[in-house]
Amino acid sequence: MLRSERLQHAVIFIALLALWEGTSRLGWLPKIVLPAPSSIAVRMIELFASGLIWPHLWATAASILSGFGLGVAAGFAFGAAVALIPALERLVYPYMVAFQTVPKVAIAPLFILWFGYGLASKVVIAAMICFFPVLVSVMSAFHTTDRDQLDMMRACGASGWQTFIHLRLRAALPIIFNGLEIAAVFAVIGAVVGEFVGAQAGLGYLITTLNFNLDVPGVFAVLILLSLLGIVLHDIVRRLGRRLVFWIRAEPVNLPSA
Amino acid sequence: MTVSLDEVGEVARQRGDAARKAATRPLIRVVGLDKRYPVRQGEPVQALSGVGFDLQDGEFLSVVGPSGCGKSTLLRIMAGLDRATRGEVLLGGEPVSRPSRDIGIVFQQPTLLPWRSVLENVLLPAQMQRLDRAHSLSRARDLLELVGLSGFVGNYPFELSGGMQQRVAICRALVCDPRILLMDEPFGALDAMTREQMNVELMRIQAEQQKTVVFITHSIPEAVFLGDRVMVMTRRPGRISQMAEIDLPKPRTLATMGSASFASQCNDIRLAFSGRAGGAEF
Repeated sequence: MLRSERLQHAVIFIALLALWEGTSRLGWLPKIVLPAPSSIAVRMIELFASGLIWPHLWATAASILSGFGLGVAAGFAFGAAVALIPALERLVYPYMVAFQTVPKVAIAPLFILWFGYGLASKVVIAAMICFFPVLVSVMSAFHTTDRDQLDMMRACGASGWQTFIHLRLRAALPIIFNGLEIAAVFAVIGAVVGEFVGAQAGLGYLITTLNFNLDVPGVFAVLILLSLLGIVLHDIVRRLGRRLVFWIRAEPVNLPSA
Repeated sequence: MTVSLDEVGEVARQRGDAARKAATRPLIRVVGLDKRYPVRQGEPVQALSGVGFDLQDGEFLSVVGPSGCGKSTLLRIMAGLDRATRGEVLLGGEPVSRPSRDIGIVFQQPTLLPWRSVLENVLLPAQMQRLDRAHSLSRARDLLELVGLSGFVGNYPFELSGGMQQRVAICRALVCDPRILLMDEPFGALDAMTREQMNVELMRIQAEQQKTVVFITHSIPEAVFLGDRVMVMTRRPGRISQMAEIDLPKPRTLATMGSASFASQCNDIRLAFSGRAGGAEF
Protein backbone atom coordinates (compact mmCIF):
# COMPACT_ATOMS: atom_id res chain seq x y z
CA MET A 1 0.00 0.00 0.00
CA LEU A 2 2.75 2.39 1.02
CA ARG A 3 4.67 1.54 -2.16
CA SER A 4 1.73 2.23 -4.45
CA GLU A 5 1.21 5.61 -2.75
CA ARG A 6 4.81 6.56 -3.40
CA LEU A 7 4.38 5.46 -6.96
CA GLN A 8 1.36 7.73 -7.34
CA HIS A 9 3.34 10.69 -5.95
CA ALA A 10 6.18 9.98 -8.35
CA VAL A 11 3.83 9.72 -11.33
CA ILE A 12 2.13 13.02 -10.51
CA PHE A 13 5.47 14.76 -9.96
CA ILE A 14 6.88 13.55 -13.26
CA ALA A 15 3.67 14.41 -15.10
CA LEU A 16 3.77 17.98 -13.75
CA LEU A 17 7.42 18.35 -14.71
CA ALA A 18 6.67 17.03 -18.20
CA LEU A 19 3.76 19.45 -18.57
CA TRP A 20 5.95 22.32 -17.48
CA GLU A 21 8.78 21.27 -19.79
CA GLY A 22 6.32 20.93 -22.70
CA THR A 23 4.72 24.31 -22.03
CA SER A 24 8.10 25.93 -22.15
CA ARG A 25 9.41 24.04 -25.22
CA LEU A 26 6.28 24.67 -27.25
CA GLY A 27 6.76 28.35 -26.58
CA TRP A 28 3.40 28.89 -24.91
CA LEU A 29 5.17 31.01 -22.35
CA PRO A 30 8.31 33.06 -23.03
CA LYS A 31 11.44 31.42 -21.51
CA ILE A 32 12.15 34.58 -19.57
CA VAL A 33 8.86 34.23 -17.72
CA LEU A 34 8.97 30.50 -17.05
CA PRO A 35 12.16 28.67 -18.02
CA ALA A 36 11.99 24.93 -18.70
CA PRO A 37 12.87 22.60 -15.80
CA SER A 38 15.69 21.18 -17.87
CA SER A 39 17.31 24.59 -18.29
CA ILE A 40 16.97 25.20 -14.54
CA ALA A 41 18.66 21.84 -13.87
CA VAL A 42 21.48 22.70 -16.24
CA ARG A 43 21.97 26.08 -14.58
CA MET A 44 21.95 24.44 -11.14
CA ILE A 45 24.72 22.06 -12.17
CA GLU A 46 26.74 24.95 -13.61
CA LEU A 47 26.40 26.94 -10.39
CA PHE A 48 27.81 24.03 -8.39
CA ALA A 49 30.41 22.97 -10.97
CA SER A 50 31.84 26.48 -11.25
CA GLY A 51 31.97 26.71 -7.47
CA LEU A 52 30.16 30.03 -7.70
CA ILE A 53 27.36 28.89 -5.42
CA TRP A 54 29.35 27.78 -2.37
CA PRO A 55 30.24 31.08 -0.67
CA HIS A 56 26.63 32.22 -1.13
CA LEU A 57 25.19 28.98 0.13
CA TRP A 58 27.40 29.05 3.23
CA ALA A 59 26.67 32.69 3.93
CA THR A 60 22.91 32.12 3.82
CA ALA A 61 23.05 28.87 5.77
CA ALA A 62 25.08 30.64 8.45
CA SER A 63 22.57 33.52 8.66
CA ILE A 64 19.63 31.14 8.83
CA LEU A 65 21.10 28.95 11.55
CA SER A 66 22.45 31.79 13.67
CA GLY A 67 19.27 33.81 13.23
CA PHE A 68 17.14 30.80 14.12
CA GLY A 69 19.25 30.05 17.19
CA LEU A 70 19.21 33.65 18.39
CA GLY A 71 15.49 34.13 17.71
CA VAL A 72 14.54 30.88 19.42
CA ALA A 73 16.71 31.64 22.46
CA ALA A 74 15.27 35.15 22.81
CA GLY A 75 11.70 33.99 22.17
CA PHE A 76 12.05 31.22 24.71
CA ALA A 77 13.61 33.45 27.37
CA PHE A 78 10.99 36.18 26.98
CA GLY A 79 8.13 33.70 26.63
CA ALA A 80 9.11 31.82 29.77
CA ALA A 81 9.65 35.05 31.72
CA VAL A 82 6.29 36.45 30.63
CA ALA A 83 4.50 33.20 31.45
CA LEU A 84 6.15 32.76 34.84
CA ILE A 85 5.93 36.39 35.99
CA PRO A 86 2.31 37.40 35.32
CA ALA A 87 3.04 41.11 35.80
CA LEU A 88 5.38 41.01 32.79
CA GLU A 89 2.58 39.84 30.56
CA ARG A 90 0.47 42.88 31.44
CA LEU A 91 3.31 45.36 31.33
CA VAL A 92 5.66 44.17 28.60
CA TYR A 93 3.71 41.97 26.23
CA PRO A 94 1.71 44.84 24.63
CA TYR A 95 5.00 46.40 23.51
CA MET A 96 6.10 43.13 21.99
CA VAL A 97 2.86 42.91 20.03
CA ALA A 98 3.26 46.52 18.90
CA PHE A 99 6.79 45.75 17.79
CA GLN A 100 5.55 42.70 15.92
CA THR A 101 3.07 44.79 13.93
CA VAL A 102 5.94 46.71 12.30
CA PRO A 103 6.73 44.85 9.06
CA LYS A 104 10.25 43.46 9.38
CA VAL A 105 10.86 43.98 5.67
CA ALA A 106 10.20 47.67 6.12
CA ILE A 107 12.74 48.05 8.91
CA ALA A 108 15.35 45.81 7.32
CA PRO A 109 17.19 48.78 5.74
CA LEU A 110 17.62 50.26 9.22
CA PHE A 111 19.23 47.08 10.42
CA ILE A 112 21.64 47.12 7.50
CA LEU A 113 22.49 50.67 8.56
CA TRP A 114 23.00 49.65 12.19
CA PHE A 115 24.70 46.29 11.75
CA GLY A 116 26.44 46.65 8.37
CA TYR A 117 26.44 44.68 5.16
CA GLY A 118 27.90 41.55 6.72
CA LEU A 119 26.49 38.54 8.50
CA ALA A 120 25.35 40.38 11.63
CA SER A 121 22.48 42.29 10.04
CA LYS A 122 21.06 39.12 8.43
CA VAL A 123 21.28 37.20 11.68
CA VAL A 124 19.45 39.96 13.52
CA ILE A 125 16.69 40.21 10.91
CA ALA A 126 16.21 36.42 10.78
CA ALA A 127 16.20 36.30 14.59
CA MET A 128 13.55 39.03 14.78
CA ILE A 129 11.26 37.21 12.40
CA CYS A 130 11.73 33.91 14.31
CA PHE A 131 11.22 35.58 17.65
CA PHE A 132 7.48 36.13 17.64
CA PRO A 133 6.14 32.67 16.77
CA VAL A 134 8.47 31.21 19.39
CA LEU A 135 7.39 33.79 21.96
CA VAL A 136 3.69 33.15 21.38
CA SER A 137 4.05 29.38 21.43
CA VAL A 138 6.17 29.42 24.59
CA MET A 139 3.72 31.72 26.35
CA SER A 140 0.67 29.69 25.48
CA ALA A 141 2.52 26.45 26.20
CA PHE A 142 3.30 27.54 29.75
CA HIS A 143 -0.24 28.79 30.23
CA THR A 144 -1.71 25.40 29.42
CA THR A 145 0.04 23.49 32.21
CA ASP A 146 -2.57 21.13 33.63
CA ARG A 147 -3.89 22.36 36.99
CA ASP A 148 -4.30 18.85 38.36
CA GLN A 149 -0.70 18.09 37.57
CA LEU A 150 0.40 21.33 39.24
CA ASP A 151 -1.52 20.23 42.36
CA MET A 152 0.07 16.82 42.09
CA MET A 153 3.55 18.37 42.01
CA ARG A 154 2.74 20.48 45.09
CA ALA A 155 1.42 17.39 46.84
CA CYS A 156 4.71 15.66 45.99
CA GLY A 157 6.51 18.46 47.80
CA ALA A 158 8.09 19.94 44.66
CA SER A 159 9.56 23.44 44.84
CA GLY A 160 8.66 26.06 42.24
CA TRP A 161 11.89 25.42 40.38
CA GLN A 162 11.39 21.64 40.45
CA THR A 163 7.86 22.09 39.14
CA PHE A 164 9.23 24.21 36.31
CA ILE A 165 11.92 21.72 35.33
CA HIS A 166 10.03 18.48 35.86
CA LEU A 167 6.53 19.49 34.80
CA ARG A 168 5.99 22.85 33.12
CA LEU A 169 8.93 22.71 30.74
CA ARG A 170 8.28 19.14 29.63
CA ALA A 171 4.54 19.70 29.31
CA ALA A 172 5.22 22.81 27.22
CA LEU A 173 7.41 21.05 24.65
CA PRO A 174 4.67 19.91 22.23
CA ILE A 175 3.36 23.45 21.72
CA ILE A 176 6.83 24.99 21.75
CA PHE A 177 7.86 22.71 18.93
CA ASN A 178 4.90 23.92 16.85
CA GLY A 179 6.35 27.41 17.21
CA LEU A 180 9.86 26.17 16.37
CA GLU A 181 8.64 24.59 13.14
CA ILE A 182 7.17 27.92 12.04
CA ALA A 183 10.31 29.72 13.16
CA ALA A 184 12.48 27.38 11.06
CA VAL A 185 10.64 28.47 7.92
CA PHE A 186 10.63 32.13 8.97
CA ALA A 187 14.39 32.07 9.52
CA VAL A 188 14.94 31.46 5.79
CA ILE A 189 12.66 34.38 4.91
CA GLY A 190 14.49 36.63 7.38
CA ALA A 191 17.92 35.80 6.05
CA VAL A 192 16.89 36.40 2.42
CA VAL A 193 15.13 39.67 3.26
CA GLY A 194 18.35 40.89 4.81
CA GLU A 195 20.36 39.82 1.79
CA PHE A 196 17.93 41.53 -0.59
CA VAL A 197 18.25 44.82 1.19
CA GLY A 198 22.02 44.91 1.37
CA ALA A 199 24.67 42.22 1.25
CA GLN A 200 27.94 41.14 -0.31
CA ALA A 201 27.14 37.43 -0.33
CA GLY A 202 24.28 34.99 0.17
CA LEU A 203 21.62 33.33 -1.92
CA GLY A 204 19.36 36.39 -1.67
CA TYR A 205 22.20 38.55 -2.96
CA LEU A 206 22.83 36.00 -5.75
CA ILE A 207 19.16 36.12 -6.79
CA THR A 208 19.23 39.90 -7.17
CA THR A 209 22.45 39.64 -9.25
CA LEU A 210 21.12 36.85 -11.50
CA ASN A 211 17.81 38.67 -11.87
CA PHE A 212 19.63 41.82 -12.91
CA ASN A 213 21.35 39.76 -15.66
CA LEU A 214 18.00 38.26 -16.76
CA ASP A 215 19.37 34.81 -15.85
CA VAL A 216 15.90 33.49 -14.99
CA PRO A 217 16.88 29.77 -14.93
CA GLY A 218 19.64 30.74 -12.50
CA VAL A 219 17.13 32.57 -10.28
CA PHE A 220 14.90 29.49 -10.25
CA ALA A 221 17.85 27.26 -9.39
CA VAL A 222 18.71 29.44 -6.39
CA LEU A 223 15.05 29.55 -5.31
CA ILE A 224 15.02 25.76 -5.24
CA LEU A 225 18.15 25.75 -3.09
CA LEU A 226 16.60 28.24 -0.67
CA SER A 227 13.49 26.13 -0.44
CA LEU A 228 15.63 23.06 0.23
CA LEU A 229 17.45 24.87 3.06
CA GLY A 230 14.10 25.66 4.64
CA ILE A 231 12.82 22.12 4.21
CA VAL A 232 15.94 20.60 5.75
CA LEU A 233 15.89 22.91 8.79
CA HIS A 234 12.15 22.38 9.25
CA ASP A 235 12.59 18.64 8.99
CA ILE A 236 15.40 18.59 11.57
CA VAL A 237 13.26 20.57 14.01
CA ARG A 238 10.27 18.32 13.36
CA ARG A 239 12.23 15.13 13.88
CA LEU A 240 13.80 16.49 17.05
CA GLY A 241 10.33 17.45 18.27
CA ARG A 242 8.94 14.00 17.57
CA ARG A 243 11.79 12.43 19.44
CA LEU A 244 11.44 14.70 22.47
CA VAL A 245 7.64 14.61 22.72
CA PHE A 246 7.31 10.92 22.04
CA TRP A 247 4.24 10.59 24.25
CA ILE A 248 1.94 12.69 22.05
CA ARG A 249 1.69 10.50 18.98
CA ALA A 250 2.30 7.45 21.06
CA GLU A 251 -0.95 5.57 20.60
CA PRO A 252 -0.01 2.16 19.31
CA VAL A 253 -0.36 2.47 15.55
CA ASN A 254 -0.83 -0.74 13.65
CA LEU A 255 0.46 -0.05 10.17
CA PRO A 256 -0.88 -2.49 7.64
CA SER A 257 2.15 -4.40 6.49
CA ALA A 258 2.25 -4.49 2.71
CA MET B 1 -33.20 -14.59 57.90
CA THR B 2 -31.98 -11.02 57.82
CA VAL B 3 -30.45 -9.11 60.67
CA SER B 4 -32.71 -6.30 61.74
CA LEU B 5 -31.53 -2.74 61.29
CA ASP B 6 -31.68 -2.13 65.01
CA GLU B 7 -29.37 -5.02 65.75
CA VAL B 8 -26.85 -3.85 63.18
CA GLY B 9 -26.98 -0.36 64.55
CA GLU B 10 -26.49 -1.62 68.11
CA VAL B 11 -23.45 -3.68 67.20
CA ALA B 12 -21.97 -0.79 65.27
CA ARG B 13 -22.51 1.54 68.17
CA GLN B 14 -20.77 -0.82 70.59
CA ARG B 15 -17.82 -1.31 68.29
CA GLY B 16 -17.59 2.42 67.73
CA ASP B 17 -17.59 3.15 71.44
CA ALA B 18 -14.90 0.57 72.02
CA ALA B 19 -12.70 2.00 69.29
CA ARG B 20 -13.13 5.49 70.63
CA LYS B 21 -12.19 4.48 74.14
CA ALA B 22 -9.17 2.52 72.99
CA ALA B 23 -7.53 5.35 71.10
CA THR B 24 -6.37 8.14 73.33
CA ARG B 25 -5.37 10.73 70.79
CA PRO B 26 -6.71 10.86 67.23
CA LEU B 27 -4.17 10.97 64.38
CA ILE B 28 -6.16 13.65 62.60
CA ARG B 29 -8.47 16.14 64.14
CA VAL B 30 -10.57 18.30 61.84
CA VAL B 31 -11.97 21.24 63.77
CA GLY B 32 -14.82 23.50 62.64
CA LEU B 33 -13.80 23.89 59.00
CA ASP B 34 -15.45 26.66 57.01
CA LYS B 35 -14.54 27.40 53.43
CA ARG B 36 -15.87 30.30 51.39
CA TYR B 37 -14.85 30.90 47.80
CA PRO B 38 -15.00 34.39 46.37
CA VAL B 39 -16.81 34.36 43.02
CA ARG B 40 -16.61 36.92 40.26
CA GLN B 41 -20.15 38.13 40.81
CA GLY B 42 -22.41 38.04 43.85
CA GLU B 43 -22.06 36.36 47.20
CA PRO B 44 -19.07 34.16 47.98
CA VAL B 45 -19.86 30.46 47.75
CA GLN B 46 -19.92 28.61 51.04
CA ALA B 47 -18.37 25.22 50.25
CA LEU B 48 -17.92 23.90 53.79
CA SER B 49 -19.63 24.81 57.02
CA GLY B 50 -18.54 23.63 60.44
CA VAL B 51 -17.04 20.35 59.36
CA GLY B 52 -15.32 18.58 62.23
CA PHE B 53 -14.36 14.99 63.00
CA ASP B 54 -11.58 12.86 64.45
CA LEU B 55 -9.73 10.10 62.71
CA GLN B 56 -7.88 7.32 64.51
CA ASP B 57 -4.61 5.86 63.34
CA GLY B 58 -5.28 3.08 60.83
CA GLU B 59 -8.88 4.02 60.28
CA PHE B 60 -10.58 4.05 56.89
CA LEU B 61 -13.06 6.90 56.52
CA SER B 62 -15.33 7.05 53.48
CA VAL B 63 -16.90 10.37 52.62
CA VAL B 64 -20.04 10.46 50.49
CA GLY B 65 -22.18 13.35 49.41
CA PRO B 66 -23.85 14.87 46.38
CA SER B 67 -21.62 16.63 43.88
CA GLY B 68 -20.78 20.13 44.93
CA CYS B 69 -20.98 19.30 48.63
CA GLY B 70 -17.38 20.30 49.21
CA LYS B 71 -15.95 16.79 49.55
CA SER B 72 -12.99 17.65 47.35
CA THR B 73 -12.53 20.98 49.10
CA LEU B 74 -12.36 19.15 52.42
CA LEU B 75 -9.74 16.80 51.03
CA ARG B 76 -7.68 19.64 49.55
CA ILE B 77 -7.66 21.43 52.90
CA MET B 78 -6.64 18.24 54.69
CA ALA B 79 -3.87 17.79 52.11
CA GLY B 80 -2.58 21.31 52.68
CA LEU B 81 -3.32 22.27 49.05
CA ASP B 82 -6.00 24.74 50.07
CA ARG B 83 -6.62 26.89 53.14
CA ALA B 84 -9.72 26.90 55.25
CA THR B 85 -11.54 30.17 55.84
CA ARG B 86 -12.01 29.15 59.45
CA GLY B 87 -11.07 26.11 61.53
CA GLU B 88 -8.06 23.86 61.17
CA VAL B 89 -6.79 20.39 60.45
CA LEU B 90 -4.48 18.96 63.09
CA LEU B 91 -2.17 16.13 62.19
CA GLY B 92 -0.69 14.61 65.33
CA GLY B 93 -1.50 17.89 67.06
CA GLU B 94 0.22 20.09 64.45
CA PRO B 95 -1.87 22.26 62.10
CA VAL B 96 -1.59 21.35 58.43
CA SER B 97 -0.79 24.37 56.29
CA ARG B 98 0.98 22.87 53.28
CA PRO B 99 1.60 19.46 51.73
CA SER B 100 3.67 17.24 53.94
CA ARG B 101 5.45 13.93 53.65
CA ASP B 102 2.99 12.43 56.10
CA ILE B 103 0.18 12.80 53.59
CA GLY B 104 -0.11 11.01 50.27
CA ILE B 105 -2.78 12.01 47.78
CA VAL B 106 -4.51 10.15 44.98
CA PHE B 107 -6.50 12.40 42.68
CA GLN B 108 -9.51 11.70 40.52
CA GLN B 109 -7.25 11.55 37.48
CA PRO B 110 -4.03 9.54 37.67
CA THR B 111 -2.08 12.75 36.79
CA LEU B 112 0.94 10.71 35.76
CA LEU B 113 3.66 12.51 33.85
CA PRO B 114 3.47 11.04 30.34
CA TRP B 115 7.22 11.40 29.67
CA ARG B 116 8.18 9.36 32.71
CA SER B 117 8.11 5.60 32.91
CA VAL B 118 5.95 3.87 35.51
CA LEU B 119 8.89 3.53 37.89
CA GLU B 120 9.99 7.16 37.39
CA ASN B 121 6.43 8.31 38.08
CA VAL B 122 6.30 6.37 41.32
CA LEU B 123 9.66 7.80 42.34
CA LEU B 124 8.65 11.42 41.63
CA PRO B 125 7.79 12.47 45.23
CA ALA B 126 10.95 10.84 46.58
CA GLN B 127 12.99 12.62 43.92
CA MET B 128 11.35 16.00 44.65
CA GLN B 129 12.08 15.57 48.36
CA ARG B 130 15.60 14.30 47.67
CA LEU B 131 15.14 11.10 49.62
CA ASP B 132 17.69 8.34 49.48
CA ARG B 133 17.53 6.95 45.93
CA ALA B 134 18.37 3.33 46.63
CA HIS B 135 15.85 3.09 49.45
CA SER B 136 13.04 4.74 47.46
CA LEU B 137 13.84 2.56 44.47
CA SER B 138 13.40 -0.64 46.42
CA ARG B 139 10.23 0.71 48.02
CA ALA B 140 8.84 1.74 44.63
CA ARG B 141 9.51 -1.73 43.26
CA ASP B 142 7.86 -3.34 46.28
CA LEU B 143 4.77 -1.16 45.88
CA LEU B 144 4.50 -1.91 42.17
CA GLU B 145 4.77 -5.57 43.05
CA LEU B 146 2.01 -5.12 45.61
CA VAL B 147 -0.38 -3.73 42.98
CA GLY B 148 0.64 -6.33 40.42
CA LEU B 149 2.54 -4.00 38.11
CA SER B 150 6.06 -5.34 38.54
CA GLY B 151 6.04 -6.32 34.86
CA PHE B 152 5.39 -2.72 33.78
CA VAL B 153 8.09 -0.69 35.57
CA GLY B 154 9.65 0.45 32.30
CA ASN B 155 6.40 1.17 30.46
CA TYR B 156 4.97 4.62 29.87
CA PRO B 157 1.55 5.71 31.19
CA PHE B 158 -0.02 5.76 27.71
CA GLU B 159 0.73 2.06 27.44
CA LEU B 160 -1.41 1.28 30.50
CA SER B 161 -5.17 1.01 31.04
CA GLY B 162 -6.99 3.50 33.26
CA GLY B 163 -7.05 1.09 36.20
CA MET B 164 -3.34 0.40 35.88
CA GLN B 165 -2.59 4.12 35.71
CA GLN B 166 -4.53 4.72 38.91
CA ARG B 167 -2.59 1.88 40.58
CA VAL B 168 0.62 3.66 39.64
CA ALA B 169 -0.80 6.84 41.17
CA ILE B 170 -1.52 4.94 44.39
CA CYS B 171 2.07 3.66 44.47
CA ARG B 172 3.29 7.22 43.91
CA ALA B 173 1.20 8.43 46.87
CA LEU B 174 2.67 5.68 49.05
CA VAL B 175 6.32 5.85 48.01
CA CYS B 176 7.35 8.28 50.75
CA ASP B 177 5.55 6.07 53.27
CA PRO B 178 3.03 8.67 54.48
CA ARG B 179 0.85 7.93 57.50
CA ILE B 180 -2.26 9.17 55.74
CA LEU B 181 -3.63 8.49 52.32
CA LEU B 182 -6.18 10.97 50.94
CA MET B 183 -8.13 9.75 47.94
CA ASP B 184 -10.45 11.94 45.88
CA GLU B 185 -12.83 9.70 43.89
CA PRO B 186 -9.84 7.76 42.63
CA PHE B 187 -11.89 5.13 40.82
CA GLY B 188 -14.62 7.40 39.50
CA ALA B 189 -13.35 7.24 35.93
CA LEU B 190 -13.08 3.45 35.84
CA ASP B 191 -15.64 0.98 34.56
CA ALA B 192 -17.74 -0.88 37.15
CA MET B 193 -15.81 -4.17 36.94
CA THR B 194 -12.40 -2.57 37.27
CA ARG B 195 -13.74 -0.40 40.05
CA GLU B 196 -14.82 -3.36 42.21
CA GLN B 197 -11.51 -5.03 41.60
CA MET B 198 -9.68 -1.85 42.64
CA ASN B 199 -11.79 -1.64 45.79
CA VAL B 200 -10.75 -5.14 46.85
CA GLU B 201 -7.17 -4.30 46.02
CA LEU B 202 -7.29 -1.08 48.02
CA MET B 203 -8.56 -3.00 51.06
CA ARG B 204 -5.61 -5.32 50.75
CA ILE B 205 -3.11 -2.47 50.29
CA GLN B 206 -4.48 -0.62 53.29
CA ALA B 207 -4.32 -3.74 55.45
CA GLU B 208 -0.77 -4.42 54.33
CA GLN B 209 0.55 -0.86 54.53
CA GLN B 210 -1.35 0.11 57.70
CA LYS B 211 -2.46 3.50 56.41
CA THR B 212 -5.09 5.86 57.65
CA VAL B 213 -7.31 6.60 54.67
CA VAL B 214 -9.82 9.27 53.79
CA PHE B 215 -11.67 8.13 50.71
CA ILE B 216 -14.06 10.39 48.83
CA THR B 217 -16.64 8.85 46.55
CA HIS B 218 -20.16 9.37 45.36
CA SER B 219 -20.86 5.64 45.33
CA ILE B 220 -22.59 4.43 48.48
CA PRO B 221 -21.66 0.74 48.00
CA GLU B 222 -18.03 1.73 47.52
CA ALA B 223 -18.11 3.87 50.66
CA VAL B 224 -19.67 1.09 52.73
CA PHE B 225 -17.44 -1.62 51.32
CA LEU B 226 -14.23 0.25 52.10
CA GLY B 227 -15.02 2.31 55.16
CA ASP B 228 -14.71 1.66 58.88
CA ARG B 229 -16.93 4.70 59.05
CA VAL B 230 -18.92 6.51 56.41
CA MET B 231 -19.36 10.26 56.64
CA VAL B 232 -22.38 11.60 54.76
CA MET B 233 -22.26 15.24 53.69
CA THR B 234 -25.10 17.56 52.72
CA ARG B 235 -25.44 19.64 49.61
CA ARG B 236 -23.83 23.07 49.64
CA PRO B 237 -22.83 24.33 52.08
CA GLY B 238 -21.16 21.02 52.91
CA ARG B 239 -22.00 19.86 56.42
CA ILE B 240 -21.70 16.46 58.04
CA SER B 241 -25.19 15.01 58.07
CA GLN B 242 -24.28 11.59 59.42
CA MET B 243 -21.32 9.59 60.64
CA ALA B 244 -22.06 5.87 60.37
CA GLU B 245 -19.98 3.01 61.76
CA ILE B 246 -19.82 0.18 59.26
CA ASP B 247 -20.10 -3.27 60.73
CA LEU B 248 -18.68 -5.71 58.24
CA PRO B 249 -15.98 -8.24 59.10
CA LYS B 250 -12.52 -7.77 57.58
CA PRO B 251 -10.98 -8.72 55.29
CA ARG B 252 -13.86 -7.80 53.04
CA THR B 253 -14.10 -9.48 49.68
CA LEU B 254 -16.42 -9.36 46.69
CA ALA B 255 -18.61 -11.83 48.62
CA THR B 256 -19.11 -9.14 51.26
CA MET B 257 -20.95 -7.07 48.66
CA GLY B 258 -23.48 -9.85 48.25
CA SER B 259 -24.31 -10.11 51.96
CA ALA B 260 -27.57 -8.92 53.46
CA SER B 261 -25.75 -6.92 56.09
CA PHE B 262 -23.89 -5.00 53.36
CA ALA B 263 -27.15 -4.25 51.56
CA SER B 264 -28.91 -3.03 54.68
CA GLN B 265 -26.01 -0.77 55.69
CA CYS B 266 -25.94 0.67 52.17
CA ASN B 267 -29.62 1.32 52.54
CA ASP B 268 -29.12 3.14 55.83
CA ILE B 269 -26.66 5.48 54.14
CA ARG B 270 -29.00 5.92 51.22
CA LEU B 271 -31.75 6.99 53.62
CA ALA B 272 -29.40 9.44 55.30
CA PHE B 273 -28.61 10.79 51.87
CA SER B 274 -32.20 11.49 51.02
CA GLY B 275 -32.62 13.20 54.37
CA ARG B 276 -35.27 10.87 55.79
CA ALA B 277 -32.97 9.52 58.48
CA GLY B 278 -32.75 12.89 60.15
CA GLY B 279 -30.34 15.73 59.53
CA ALA B 280 -27.65 16.20 62.12
CA GLU B 281 -27.05 12.83 63.72
CA PHE B 282 -23.47 11.99 64.48
